[in-house]
Amino acid sequence: MSKLLEVKDLKVSFNTFNGEVQAVRGVSFDLNKGETIAIVGESGSGKSVTSNAIMQLLPKPHGYVKGGEILFEGEDLVKKSTSEMRKIRGKDISMVFQDPMTSLNPTMKIGTQIMEGLIKHQKMSKEHAKKRAIELLDLVGIPQPEVRMKQYPHQFSGGMRQRVVVAISLACNPKILIADEPTTALDVTIQAQILELMKDIQKKTESAIIFITHDLGVVANVADRVAVMYAGKVVEIGTTDDIFYNPKHPYTWGLLGSMPTLDSAEEELFAIPGSPPDMTNPPQGDAFAARNKFALEIDKVMEPPMFKVSDTHYAATWLLHEDAPKIEPPASVQLRMQGFANTGNKVGDQ
Amino acid sequence: MAEKLLEVKNLTKQFSVGRNKVITAVNGLTFDIYKGETFGLVGESGCGKSTTGRTIIRLYEATSGQVLFDNEDVHGKKSKKDLLKFNRKMQMIFQDPSSSLNPRMTVMDIIAEGLDVHKLVSNEAERRGRVEELLQTVGLNKEHATRFPHEFSGGQRQRIGIARALAVQPELIIADEPISALDVSIQAQVVNLLKKLQKEQGLTYLFIAHDLSMVKYISDRIGVMYFGNMVELADSEELYKNPIHPYTKSLLSAIPLPDPNYERARQRTAYDPSIHDTSEEPEFREVKPGHWVRCTRKELEQYKKELGI
Repeated sequence: MSKLLEVKDLKVSFNTFNGEVQAVRGVSFDLNKGETIAIVGESGSGKSVTSNAIMQLLPKPHGYVKGGEILFEGEDLVKKSTSEMRKIRGKDISMVFQDPMTSLNPTMKIGTQIMEGLIKHQKMSKEHAKKRAIELLDLVGIPQPEVRMKQYPHQFSGGMRQRVVVAISLACNPKILIADEPTTALDVTIQAQILELMKDIQKKTESAIIFITHDLGVVANVADRVAVMYAGKVVEIGTTDDIFYNPKHPYTWGLLGSMPTLDSAEEELFAIPGSPPDMTNPPQGDAFAARNKFALEIDKVMEPPMFKVSDTHYAATWLLHEDAPKIEPPASVQLRMQGFANTGNKVGDQ
Repeated sequence: MAEKLLEVKNLTKQFSVGRNKVITAVNGLTFDIYKGETFGLVGESGCGKSTTGRTIIRLYEATSGQVLFDNEDVHGKKSKKDLLKFNRKMQMIFQDPSSSLNPRMTVMDIIAEGLDVHKLVSNEAERRGRVEELLQTVGLNKEHATRFPHEFSGGQRQRIGIARALAVQPELIIADEPISALDVSIQAQVVNLLKKLQKEQGLTYLFIAHDLSMVKYISDRIGVMYFGNMVELADSEELYKNPIHPYTKSLLSAIPLPDPNYERARQRTAYDPSIHDTSEEPEFREVKPGHWVRCTRKELEQYKKELGI
């Protein structure tokens, strides 16, 4: 598989009145053609900042890339000028945002909004663009596309609006689609539809997807690989099966443990105590140590490097060091690692 | 669990929008909540679940129908004194902990407001003592009392909201999406806290949410709402294992679970409202003991046949 995107040791900071906030502190991952990588983590873990940095959408001038590279087909996106970036954005890399209410222009007809990118990037004629826009609306499952073309965003429901946003992002057959919490604002049934739609389209167009979310259920549904972020760093990365069935980092355990299983009879959820650290002044050593009940002495002093678990699976925790005590994940997390589906597969049986 | 704490009878709430236009947000809802249980109310946005909660606590006046709390009607004419007495028994926790706390009040004043209104404390020392005790109950420090809401994180603010609700020692707490605005790891903290408090103080909850796996985890019984109607009501275990109404089935099949193998094999069932029998107006009927479904007589027969009853 060829690498489409390589993020290497990316560091992003924001200047604020309280000093420099180190939102992303050295993130590395790569993305292959036609693959979906999910970035998960709590709010403030730097997952959205990472994606905004890839798109050069950081608020200037107080948000800036402090170091590292973002290689897209071998070219560094960090060094691109605004006008160069404008040619890539929407054409090669496009984005779906969380809130379909605010990411569409309320004063423009849906059709015009879809055609905009086609005319600009693909140099299509108006008629041609119109035809393509109708095709796209049809592709994302909006009935009567000819009529809908002439309508405004407020005439659509939330789920339909998000379909339109997906249609716009797909207009120029992007090589990478960045979806930043695309279904968080939607109801579960609509969410399931949008996810199915995205997977369907990915099969047809072979786009790669970066899927940003905090919902592990969604991750299990869409992702091929998963990167777990905490305090501006990737703490564990691996295939979806690695992360769900063989998680190594205590933070990943915590995330899995805090979701109830559908057949859980346990008295208490395995919650992560406390709250994420202040990124103006990141703690010394492992940033997660203060909330980690498996923390070792060394965690307070030195940051763990990425340990290799398998060819696809890496985790940054001292627990994987050969001298570390052998610690098994808590029982409730082990239960989850065996799979939720034991009784879950009965759900919704006809 | 035999004693009924709250009886909702045929509750309807309509909002008028514009001239001669009425939206029925809640349409003839009937259910009971027993003492000490957690009743979960789920449904998609716009189905009327929050309106139900708010009408029960009388933030909205009901258009018709009754809400009986301890056999006493919540709505209808009440003297100020009666109202005050009633307000102590029912409290609410809101979804957004940053907009439901007054930014200009200290945590001490926020929590003690109920104590002051109901004159539950006689002097300053007692007031402070009670607030500090409440802060500890919800897992905060007593030093937090002098701070303002903006100094706290989302999870901590929700804890303050819970402490405020507990201050007047209510019997029923209506929690309207109390965890939706919080991060996954913090959600688990708050849910654990709510469960602990229920065990210690014998509270009754009406838990409104759209996160079905969390509702399943916390609730004893669950009601599913669709367009202002309750379409199914059963014990949570029963509801998840043997959903009867097609809408419930589709809702359950849409929950994403953190299990890749299950997700790969998942078959989603879409809800098609047109499959329903339209020969008569559907009513809420008991299909099995304790398992109610909104259906017509014909459908009732069909459901029973499917279940082999």
